[in-house]
Amino acid sequence: MTAEESLGLWGVPIAMLGGMIRVSTPYLFVSLGETITEKSGRVNLGLEGTLLLGAVVGYGVAYASGNPWLGVLCAGISGVFPGLLHAWLCSRPRVNHIAVGIALMLMGTGLSFFIGKPLIQPEAPQLSSLELGAFSESPAVREALRVNVLFLLGLVLAPGLHWALKNTRWGLILRMVGDSADAARALGYSVNGVRAVATAVGGFLAAIGGSFLSLYYPGLWNEGLSSGQGLIAVALVIFARWNPIYCLYASLIYGAAGALGPALQSVGLEVSHHLLGAAPAALTLAIMIATCSKDRALVGAPRELSVN
Amino acid sequence: MKRALQRAAGSIETLLIESIAIALSLVLFCVFLLFVGSQPLGVLADMVDGAFGSAFSLQDTLSRSAPLMLTALCTVLPARVGLIVIGNEGALLLGGLGAVMMSQLFGGAPAEMMLLLMVGGGCLLGGAWILLCGLLRQKRGVNETISSLLLYYIALAVFLWLVEGPMRDPSSLNKPSTYPIGDDNMLANIPGTDVHFGLIFGVVACVLCYVLTHRTTFGFGSRVAGGNSRTALMMGLPITRYVAVLCLLGGAAAGLAGVVEVAAIHGTANASLNAGLGFAGILVAFVARQHPLAVIPVAILIGGIEASGGLIQRRHDLPDATVDVFQGILFVVILGAEAWFGRFSWLQAAPEEPSAVEPSDEGLENETGAASATREGEVSA
Repeated sequence: MTAEESLGLWGVPIAMLGGMIRVSTPYLFVSLGETITEKSGRVNLGLEGTLLLGAVVGYGVAYASGNPWLGVLCAGISGVFPGLLHAWLCSRPRVNHIAVGIALMLMGTGLSFFIGKPLIQPEAPQLSSLELGAFSESPAVREALRVNVLFLLGLVLAPGLHWALKNTRWGLILRMVGDSADAARALGYSVNGVRAVATAVGGFLAAIGGSFLSLYYPGLWNEGLSSGQGLIAVALVIFARWNPIYCLYASLIYGAAGALGPALQSVGLEVSHHLLGAAPAALTLAIMIATCSKDRALVGAPRELSVN
Repeated sequence: MKRALQRAAGSIETLLIESIAIALSLVLFCVFLLFVGSQPLGVLADMVDGAFGSAFSLQDTLSRSAPLMLTALCTVLPARVGLIVIGNEGALLLGGLGAVMMSQLFGGAPAEMMLLLMVGGGCLLGGAWILLCGLLRQKRGVNETISSLLLYYIALAVFLWLVEGPMRDPSSLNKPSTYPIGDDNMLANIPGTDVHFGLIFGVVACVLCYVLTHRTTFGFGSRVAGGNSRTALMMGLPITRYVAVLCLLGGAAAGLAGVVEVAAIHGTANASLNAGLGFAGILVAFVARQHPLAVIPVAILIGGIEASGGLIQRRHDLPDATVDVFQGILFVVILGAEAWFGRFSWLQAAPEEPSAVEPSDEGLENETGAASATREGEVSA
C-alpha cells in the first residue's frame, strides 16, 4: 500500500494495466468463442450460463484433483454440451436461436448453482502465473505484470483465429455457412453440422473463460461470480465487428473499465463499487447506441445472422 | 363453423403439445434427480405437496404467482410486435424503488392515496425503463434482447447503490434497506385468505392485456406488425407507436410487480427484491406462448414450483437451486417442442380444404400469432 501511495497518481494507470490484463481474459475467451459461433450464422446468448458452468466445473475439478489445469480442461469440455444442445435445438424447425439462448442461460445458471452449493466454502488450488515484472523494484509494477498463462493463450488465439478464418479451408467453410447457407448447401456441406461444431467450440472457449474467473481472478466460487461477462462478451462481438483481433482490443478496453474501480480505490478515491461494477454494461450499451443503425446491417456481419 | 372447428383443433394441438412438453421435462428432471442420487418420485410428490398440498401451501403458491403474472407481461406484450424483452428483473427493481420513493416524498398521505402514488411511481419507472429498450430498437436499431439485459445490470447497480447509499435507513444494520414504507401503507390480504391483493392486480392486468391485444384494433395492428413488419409498413401502421405503448405497458406491469413485492412482502426495498422473479417471468411468458390469459395458470404452476423449493430442500437435502434446474429443463423442452407443431396430422385442416401452403391453418396462425417472432427467427428488421 505504501509503495502504491509513493507512486502517487501513477498508481492508477499501473493498477489499471494489471487489472486490465486480469479482467479482460474471460471477455476475450467468451468473445472469441462467440465470434466462431456467430460466424456460422447463429447467436448463442446462453454463453452467460456456459461461463458459470465452466467456472463451477473448473473449480470443482481443481478442488477434487488438486490440479487447476485439469479443472480448466474439464470446464472447457463441460461447455461443449450446452453448445451442442443449442445447436441441436436450433436445427429443428421453427425453433428460435435467441429464445433457446435465453433458456440455456437460465438452465446453465440453475445447474451451476446446483453443482456449486457445496463448493462455496472449500478453497481450490489456483492457476499459477508468470512473473513478467521480476525486473522491477516496485511491487505495484510487479503486481501489474503478474500475468496468467490463459491470458497469453488468448493473446495467441486471437490472431491465430483471425488468420485461420481468412486462410484455411475450415475458416472459409465456416464463413460461407454464415454468409449464405444456400451456397454451403449447394456445395454439399452440412449447414447444421458446421453450426453445431461452431457452437460447441464457442461453448468450450466460453467455459474456459468461466474457469479463469473461479480459478484465478477473483479466484473463488460464489453465485454472484459473474456480473454479466458472458452476455457482455456476446455484445462485444458485435462491437468488434466479428473480427478476432478487434475482440482482443475490445476485451482489453473492457478489462480497463472493469479495473477502474479497484485502481481508484488503491489511491483512496471511494466510488460505489456497485456503480463501477456496472461500467462494462453501461459501456456496452453506449457503444451499441453509438454504432448501431436501423437502416443498414453492420459492416462485417455474417449475412445469415439475424441480430444486430 | 369450419373456422370454429379449425380454431378448436389449433387450441387442442397447443394444449396437447404443451402437456407432452411438461411431461417430458418432468421425466428429464427425474433422470437428473436419479443422477444426483435422489429419490425422483419422492421429490415430485413433495413438490406437489409443497405447491398445492395444503391450504397454507396453496396460498403461498398464489402469493408467489402474483408477481410472476406481472413480470411475464413484460415479455408477453412486446412479443406481440415481435420484440423479445428479457429485462423484466430490472423493471421490477425500479418499480420497487419507485414505490419507496413515493412513500418518502408523500409521507403523510392517507393509505389509499399512498397506494395509488406507489403504484403510479413504480409503474412509471418500470415502464420508462422498458420503453427505453423499445425506443432504442426503433430509433437506433439496437437489439432489444441484449439492451434490456444490459439495462438490468445497470438497474441492479443503481438499485444497490441507492439502497446501500443515499436511500439507506441507518437503522438497517445487517441488511442495508431503504426506510420502510410504514405498516399503514402495506398491501392488505384478500378478505378471508392469506393471499395479498397483488394476486388481484396480476389477474386483472392479464385480462386487461388480453383485451388490448386480442380484442382491439390496436392489438390487431400490433400483431400484424409483429408478424411481418414489411406488410405493416406498407399498410402504414404506426409500428413505433405499437412498440412504444407495448414496451411501456410491459415495463409498467413488471414495475407493478416490484411495488407489490415491496408493499405486500418486504415493506422496504433491499437486495431481497433481486430474487429472480423477473427471470422466472420470462419463463412464464414463453410457456404461456406469449398469450396474456395463459399467463395466469402458467404463473400459478411456476409459482407452485418456487413455493415447493423450501420443502424439498428440507426433506431431501437438495440445494434450493433444484427448482432452478427444473425450470431450466422446462424452458428448454418447451422451446424445443415448437418443432412438433404441424406434426399431428389428425389435428390439421380438413383434407377437402384446398391448402396450398402445407402447414395449413396452424401455419397461418403462426404468421400473425403471438410468438411469431420467436419462431420466424426474424428478430431484427
